[in-house]
Amino acid sequence: MAIKEFFEIPKRYRTWSLALMGVGVLSVIIGFFLYGTSEHPDRFWAALLQNSVYFLLVVNASMFFICATTLAWGSWQLTFSRVTEAISTAVIPIGIITAIILICLVTIPDIHIYHWLHPHGDKILEGKSGFLNKGFFLVYTALTLVGWIALGAKMRKLSRSLDENPLPSTESARKWLFKNTVWAAVFIVWFSLTVMSVVPWLWLMSIDAHWYSTMYSWYTFASTFVAGIALLSLFVVYLKNQNYLQYTNEEHLHDLGKFMFAFSIFWTYLWFAQYMLIWYANIPEETVYFRSRITTDHESGAYTGIFWFSFVINFLAPFLILMTRGSKRNYTTVAMLAIVILVGHWFDFYQMVFASVMKEHVTLNLFDFGVAAGFVGLIMFSVGRALSKAPMAGRNHPLLKESIIHHT
Amino acid sequence: MAVKKFVVGCFDEEEAVFDAVKKVRKSGYKLHDVYSPLPIHGLDKAMGLRDTSIHTAGFIYGITGTTIALSCISWIFTKDWPLNIGGKPHFALPAWIPIMFEFTVLCAAVGMVLTFCYLCQLAPFVKKHHFHPRATDDKMVMVIEVTPKNDAAEISSFMNSLGAAEVNTQIAETGWWIGRYDKEQKLYADETVSA
Repeated sequence: MAIKEFFEIPKRYRTWSLALMGVGVLSVIIGFFLYGTSEHPDRFWAALLQNSVYFLLVVNASMFFICATTLAWGSWQLTFSRVTEAISTAVIPIGIITAIILICLVTIPDIHIYHWLHPHGDKILEGKSGFLNKGFFLVYTALTLVGWIALGAKMRKLSRSLDENPLPSTESARKWLFKNTVWAAVFIVWFSLTVMSVVPWLWLMSIDAHWYSTMYSWYTFASTFVAGIALLSLFVVYLKNQNYLQYTNEEHLHDLGKFMFAFSIFWTYLWFAQYMLIWYANIPEETVYFRSRITTDHESGAYTGIFWFSFVINFLAPFLILMTRGSKRNYTTVAMLAIVILVGHWFDFYQMVFASVMKEHVTLNLFDFGVAAGFVGLIMFSVGRALSKAPMAGRNHPLLKESIIHHT
Repeated sequence: MAVKKFVVGCFDEEEAVFDAVKKVRKSGYKLHDVYSPLPIHGLDKAMGLRDTSIHTAGFIYGITGTTIALSCISWIFTKDWPLNIGGKPHFALPAWIPIMFEFTVLCAAVGMVLTFCYLCQLAPFVKKHHFHPRATDDKMVMVIEVTPKNDAAEISSFMNSLGAAEVNTQIAETGWWIGRYDKEQKLYADETVSA
């Protein structure tokens, strides 16, 4: 069978991605008239915030994966490097959508998701107003998105530049690797100033503007990184099924499975550490965060079910199922677990946003799933488009051979 | 344990060992073992060894550790000596999880190390026969056992045909013993124990 260089988007793939995007747009329109035009439009905007931020961070995690492995001089991931790069192109459309939503959140006066917009008379919020204010929020959000998009494009361009101009000598390969490593390092620095610190504080944690947790950003990062690896594994398995990626085999899948396993445990570690310290200290200004999320002696939070569901689906399932070597090398198991993890962390984000916005009761319904479907369709569409444009194997990468003969 | 007769051959390259192992298994001679100074990926599969079950052992040790820690702490803090610590309930599960986790890791790690030593027959003062001193330095050493069905000369010529160097025949104890190495076996000399 001939090896296919370029991804030809199958008809069913295109139909599905367009249909899902249609469902998303329809959901947003219906949701806008159902909830968005009412007196309290928070229900509508919170769903948009949760979905856009979640899917943006998930696709951006794949550029972090590229840069982290580049910095570590890793090579095993190179047989499917174009898939990772294709996923990171989805940062551009989703980033623009997220930017529009965030601008709406801080400028439309009817929306009360970010209480810190009106700190008047509130001592705590006035104290934080140097950081939590409209100007800083908008400027930092803009810088964040521009940084991710520009640095991501630079990394992709460096990788693509080898397709036409193979490196003639070891010396030039060394030079190229150095340049690639430097740009990857720049991305990592910007990533650590955004996803690993400020961005989750601004976009998500500031919904509970009185409350804070020093683990929040790591928690968000762990959640989206493991979901990003799950998305990557899903695409790798899909393309492998379609007879692409002839150099990728169980050895590479095994490593992706290890990443999913390890970062599920890392997420749980942060999940537990954040909870335990607050539980132990038992300070009212901190425990307020868990009132709507967990059952105490006195009352049962509305989101208890979802909170524990996300623990089971994000920890117990990957931990017990991905523990053995065989399951990490099995395409079906990895694909199933990838879907479980993506859904599980979507619910984790749901709990992070909605348990702070709609504290009294869970309002989860088809509208939320519809918006999520729209983003899934958008990711499918932009990844498919990016894959069809570049040859599937970055065949002139100086370390590619290491990846082809990789085995664990 | 038993004293048996072996034919020993040395190789310089990993690839040569793979070829040799495949041919030995095809020929039907009894492959005793391959000794190498470095881990050779995939050689265990080529030799037809089954996967190690040390993972399963580790899982069982870990679960045992969790169970011991949970039952011990919960018995102490609820039945044996209940204390009021910061107004927390006596059954304060979140506070115990770090300890349960550490004890799980401790049991799994120590248990696996001891199991590994047991399986490899490693312990202080325990000695085993060395087929070639340079198997710990720069030679891959393949050992074929001589069975009643074949004889040493036949295997030696077969070993030579595989490209092995320093082919010799040794009569050696297969098990371990406590004490010193054989007085006749000079470890760091180019030696051939005569049959």
